[in-house]
Amino acid sequence: MADLAARGETPEILFWVGCAGAFDDRYKRVTRAFVRILEHVGVNYAVLGMEESCTGDPAKRAGNEFLFQMQAMQNITTLNGYGIKKVVTACPHCFNTIKNEYPALGGEYEVIHHSTFLQQLINEGKVKAEGGESFKGRRITFHDSCYLGRANNIYEAPRAVLEVLDADLLEMKRCKTNGLCCGAGGAQMWKEPEPGKKDINVERAEEALATLDGDADVLLNLQGVESTAPVLPAGSNRGGSVIAVACPFCMTMMADGVKNKERESDVQVFDLAELIASAEGLNA
Amino acid sequence: MHFSIQNILFLLVAVAGFGLFAWQARKIRANILVGRDRDMSGHVNERLWKTLLVAFGQQKMFKRLTPAILHLIVYIGFIVINIEVIEILIDGIFGTHRVLSFLGPLYSLLTGTNEVLGALVVLAVAALWWRRNVKGVRRFTGPEMRAWPRLDANVILYIEVVLMAALFLMNAADLKLHGASLPGAFPISQFLTGLLPDSPTALHVLERVGWWAHIVGILLFLNYLPSSKHFHIIMAFPNVYYSRLVPQGQFSNVDSITHEVKAMMDPTYQVPAPATEPDGSAAAPTPFGAKDVNDLAWTNLLNAYSCTECGRCTSVCPANITGKLLSPRKIIMDTRDRVEEKYNSPLIFNPNLYGKEAKHDPQEQLDRENHTLLRGYVTPEELWACTTCNACVEACPVNINPLESIVEMRRFLVLEESAAPNSLNVMFSNIENNGAPWAFSPSDRFNWADDLFVAEK
Repeated sequence: MADLAARGETPEILFWVGCAGAFDDRYKRVTRAFVRILEHVGVNYAVLGMEESCTGDPAKRAGNEFLFQMQAMQNITTLNGYGIKKVVTACPHCFNTIKNEYPALGGEYEVIHHSTFLQQLINEGKVKAEGGESFKGRRITFHDSCYLGRANNIYEAPRAVLEVLDADLLEMKRCKTNGLCCGAGGAQMWKEPEPGKKDINVERAEEALATLDGDADVLLNLQGVESTAPVLPAGSNRGGSVIAVACPFCMTMMADGVKNKERESDVQVFDLAELIASAEGLNA
Repeated sequence: MHFSIQNILFLLVAVAGFGLFAWQARKIRANILVGRDRDMSGHVNERLWKTLLVAFGQQKMFKRLTPAILHLIVYIGFIVINIEVIEILIDGIFGTHRVLSFLGPLYSLLTGTNEVLGALVVLAVAALWWRRNVKGVRRFTGPEMRAWPRLDANVILYIEVVLMAALFLMNAADLKLHGASLPGAFPISQFLTGLLPDSPTALHVLERVGWWAHIVGILLFLNYLPSSKHFHIIMAFPNVYYSRLVPQGQFSNVDSITHEVKAMMDPTYQVPAPATEPDGSAAAPTPFGAKDVNDLAWTNLLNAYSCTECGRCTSVCPANITGKLLSPRKIIMDTRDRVEEKYNSPLIFNPNLYGKEAKHDPQEQLDRENHTLLRGYVTPEELWACTTCNACVEACPVNINPLESIVEMRRFLVLEESAAPNSLNVMFSNIENNGAPWAFSPSDRFNWADDLFVAEK
């Protein structure tokens, strides 16, 4: 971004990478997949790079309002300094904080989550999910992120993105407004869970696996129509079923849950951007 | 119209009933207003529309179909049968009999509907009682569902049956006494007349017993409400009206901290003068977050008085589902218990002194005086188990927001007591020092781009 500013240019969008997108080895792949899509469609974008800092979301949820506001004001100063108008991010926590909590501190931007952004690219015909990996016959279930869904009422965009994949899309029992948290929100990501009978991500992973295995009472696809996908006997090869996520925390928690159930050989966790990038043949 | 000692007696009973209720309502209003001020004015149309949908229209009840239908029957029955209460009040004061009968066919429609709804209410109440006591719906249990909340829920159901029985006794006796000349339609009572004696004197007495039992029952019920979860039939409306209109993910901003941070970043920033008491002296600084009920916003206390203890919040809470201590319902019930303990309890029935809690242990009394909502009722372990996922907020049929209270108490723990779990303190210092919740150097922030256009396997 600094380079761009030195040339006197302002990008159309600022891609807010987020801490997980910058540092988490698994999530860096999502960052790269999204950047490939941005390059592919030729959007004029920039990133802050080293000038980006934590939005303060985990500090605020944990009750440290002071630290949150310090972070927020520092970031707002950076963004306003570059004249940023539009921010796109793959992290629902960064999205929620910048969109809903920065305005009270002087940071007013058009903030878009990457699921909505991808949906727009698909609607405009810029992304067709053709020419790359085929998802035909594979089962995908989408795990709603709390900070996208209940927090900001974004339920349809990620589903619309998955619909272009030509896969068998299945809904979990607890989805949309009733979706179950992955267990990492509210700063839980950085601490051990309180004592209980089970970890939340294991509960959620079990639900996702039951859906992908066809154990759910009624299989519904994303339009609410009964699925044509056959019920596979448990333990058979499912051709690489996918739990789709749209949040770095959900990614970590669901992947850990799948590992806990020793199912990482046949069930993978992917972000929407990764699925679209590979369907579009952008992984090379 | 003929005045008698009965009318004077009725007037006294009615004035006493409504007067006592007004006295209780005033004390509850005062209890709610001990909360911190929060400006909830404006957006009148949006708020009214929400009240119409969620409170009058029962919109959120329909997330669960069976209880929604049963509740709807009791709710509509309550509203329609109350039209009859207007008639009873007029008849009682002026010594008239069935004063609304001048409405003719409309009166028949009204009384007929009342009877059908009355019968449906009895059936619905039986089903609700079965769900609660026999079927054992999981959300009706839990450590916060102590003796009083469990009894309270059943008492309400029993009262409903008594009120409906009184209504049918009155109608059936009246019908047998007057026969076809009685105005109105009685689709249910006509089958009940056979159960009654034939003597006109006895029928007259039974009609009066039914009439008095119905109205006195209603007045007693009215005064039972403030002691009960059933207070939601009144409080649901203001509670929904004053519920949040911003996205659920938006947490409140603490303005006093904003001033401090702005002053730190910009030495020329003018911090507004601190609040002063009416006499001009400096007001005591308010703590960050909430330690006790008076640190919460008044809307949080309004929440506590609107809670029906239905447990829908707790049944969808991911922490609770996986066996952690946190129960959003408990946070709300604790808030109500604490506000009644700290400030004067207006209640006729004192729920906190029911059952085993009634044993007066002097040491316990002393402890009770010294403790606060935080730690006295709600433990930090409960608060730290919350994932802030908003499932409880979404689930509440009357728009209660347990998450707001949880975050306020977390703020107190962190900002006033520095009592966060150690791993969260590590996260805080990572953000402070590295600008990220993990211990990575800010100079590595762009490393993801290094092999961007190199093939990944």
